[in-house]
Amino acid sequence: MAYEEIVVKKPLPLIALPCLSVAAFLLFWEWIVVSGTVPSVLLAPPSQVFTVFMDKLGNPNPDGAILAVHAWTSLQEAFIGYSLSLLVGIPLGLAMGWFRIVEGLIRPIFELIRPIPPIAWIPLTVFWFGIGLTGKVFIIWIAGIVPCVINSYVGVRMTQPTLIQMARTYGATDWQIFHQLCIPSALPMVFGALQIALAYCWTNLVGAELLASDTGLGYLITMGGRLGRPDIVVLGMVCVGISGAILGFIIDCVERRLLAGIRR
Amino acid sequence: MNTPSSEPQLKIYCEDINKTFIQKGHMEVPVIRNISLEVEENEFLVVLGPGQCGKSTLLRIIAGLETPDTGYVALDGFPVTGPGPDRGLVFQGYMLFAWNTVMGNVEMGLKLRGVPKQERRAVAHHYIRLVGLEGFENHYPHQLSGGMKQRVGIARAYANSPKVMLLDEPFGQLDAQTRMFMQHETSRIWEHEKRTVIFVTNNIDEALFLADRIVLMEGKLPGRIKKEYIVNLPRPRDHENPDLLELRALITSETELVL
Repeated sequence: MAYEEIVVKKPLPLIALPCLSVAAFLLFWEWIVVSGTVPSVLLAPPSQVFTVFMDKLGNPNPDGAILAVHAWTSLQEAFIGYSLSLLVGIPLGLAMGWFRIVEGLIRPIFELIRPIPPIAWIPLTVFWFGIGLTGKVFIIWIAGIVPCVINSYVGVRMTQPTLIQMARTYGATDWQIFHQLCIPSALPMVFGALQIALAYCWTNLVGAELLASDTGLGYLITMGGRLGRPDIVVLGMVCVGISGAILGFIIDCVERRLLAGIRR
Repeated sequence: MNTPSSEPQLKIYCEDINKTFIQKGHMEVPVIRNISLEVEENEFLVVLGPGQCGKSTLLRIIAGLETPDTGYVALDGFPVTGPGPDRGLVFQGYMLFAWNTVMGNVEMGLKLRGVPKQERRAVAHHYIRLVGLEGFENHYPHQLSGGMKQRVGIARAYANSPKVMLLDEPFGQLDAQTRMFMQHETSRIWEHEKRTVIFVTNNIDEALFLADRIVLMEGKLPGRIKKEYIVNLPRPRDHENPDLLELRALITSETELVL
């Protein structure tokens, strides 16, 4: 044959594969419990979790609140803490990147506080604020502020020096260079911080609720544990996972819209 | 200039400039030795030399981004002490503001100096049209080709109405055809709005095509001026012009390769 046609394999669409893997995972999970490989007192099968889910939508027993109340409490705490950490962390990091005075004053304190896991603040927050919303907002704020400060700081520091020199040739003042040049060029890093901070906030929120609270998804998990109800534990975990993923997706969409011009 | 005398006006004057960089704390690298240079008003001066010959440093000193160890630079008789809007810079790496549109980039210098919006828009429009980017005002840099990006760079430098344009290997990242085309465009734009230009390049054909005068640098550090050539040929020039080819051979014979 004088020539051969090479068949180019088309890549599988990326909708089929995720569905397949999730379905396989659920089936395997169901199977190991139903078949008795894992005793049902240790793990609830997905079918049972779904039943509890439908039940918990309207039934406050046995942990004291319906699912929506738990989710709403967690979301509220996360939202307030996350917003506060952005509100404080991003301007602080940006200022640390450009103004030497701010860097000199804040950096040492920040470096000392940074390695302390946010969860370690729980006992103190219980003393200070009790087990209500404020304490958890504080923990989340501590957790979220670290990536905000670091990313904003690095973003400003990475501003192309030639651009700064060029702005100087235009006679720009320090302040003009900071807010018209350093801040926009730091934006991709700052948006990276939005995602990282969200992950930090969400995981630490659940951690805080595990130890000190009376509602919330973390509390639901703890109660499931105390009552010996693996179905409730798993339901809490699934809700944490799904709502965290949805929040991440929303931030991702916002980021993509705002950064339209900077993407290359 | 309506003065009857055709006496050329001195625009830039460099007096015996020396510059040494300190590397790793103690190693001294002499970059520029005893360079004196005069550039006349509306002259197109090309500084020609291979990589690592100090030509970019010379340009940065004239721009005021570096200070010479000895000697000084004067613009219109006043010594240069730092960067200023009277010198417009165009860089090899485009250096556009990625978060700004073409319009935003071109008007940036005027905006930073507080020129009212309507006025700066009008100026920016004029230069966007001059460099042939009309209709692309709202495009972002990542949507443009390399040649178009550098047009934005040129328009941005022009928009500040600088007395001197300083171009540092502006077409170094372009492919050969685009580069040739941009040389034609540069020639056209310059003839349209004359400025004093100092254009640094390592490309001999680019120098021959654009220059009123070529300053040839030594091929190694420290940077010195080796020869100067006046190019008295009408524009737009033809790369195949026998006089140009003769000069090309002359310059080539002066250029040795040093590793």
